[in-house]
Amino acid sequence: MRQLFAPLVFLLMALFAFAPVYIASAPYESTMGLVQKIFYFHVPSWFAMFTAVFLCGVASVMFLVRGDAKWDRVARSAAELAFLFGLMGLVTGPLWGRKAWGVWWQWDAKLTVALLLELTFGAYLLLRSFAGPGSEKLAAGLAIFGMANVPFVYYAAHLWRTVHPTTNVVPTLVAGMRGPFWYAVLCYMLLLAALLTMRMRIEEQHADLDRLYLESDDQ
Amino acid sequence: MKTLLLSLMLQPGQSEFRPVTEIPASEQLPSAPLLIAAYAFVWIAVFAYVWLMWRRLGKVERELKALSARVPAKR
Repeated sequence: MRQLFAPLVFLLMALFAFAPVYIASAPYESTMGLVQKIFYFHVPSWFAMFTAVFLCGVASVMFLVRGDAKWDRVARSAAELAFLFGLMGLVTGPLWGRKAWGVWWQWDAKLTVALLLELTFGAYLLLRSFAGPGSEKLAAGLAIFGMANVPFVYYAAHLWRTVHPTTNVVPTLVAGMRGPFWYAVLCYMLLLAALLTMRMRIEEQHADLDRLYLESDDQ
Repeated sequence: MKTLLLSLMLQPGQSEFRPVTEIPASEQLPSAPLLIAAYAFVWIAVFAYVWLMWRRLGKVERELKALSARVPAKR
């Protein structure tokens, strides 16, 4: 994966440079007009967040079961990215909602559980930064709780009455909107892969550093 | 500002509210600044994160290099 990092970054830059052009060519939505184009960055950021949450949750389960620090490094890296992509979703959403609904925020089920998911990963990162040795197991439990929250975020608009559009919007996209949307999803997934590779590298370097400190103490 | 206040004071008070089905275009919230703000935030967030990662990676690599040079020297 590390050898693929540089080509991946170049590919990503090319893809992201073309994304606004492709999105601009998509047709306008009948009721929301221009502001609906936030959709092409807003929804893929949640897709990337859910993927990062899933990675973090699975790695946390593996860490708790096997006790291998490698899984903890994956979980910590993925948690940071889950928070980053969740923040993108939580900022772009209200900018869209201000025009579409007339308000920045609505305390409905979908938005509230999405905020709860973001706060869960905020808590995870605070725990890892300040709780000291032994916090990794507690954080792993929190990550599993976060992963269990994802289906509620995804299906909230179906389970409860909310102002947020349902998940039926994506499968029913017209051809002109479908292409730019899945293109944006691809860009976000590659961005997630590139950032995860970079973040994992830092975790591995930290592990090497800890090992060297222990070796130097032994002598 | 004073002229605007004076002209408002000279007008008779509104006696009724008249509903309209569509808000005039001049009163509508423009979409472009919201769209630009959303896209700009995503770009800034990504660049800021990459820059922070780069700094963290540089710091840990420097520390690693310094320590690896020190450990064999002690042996």
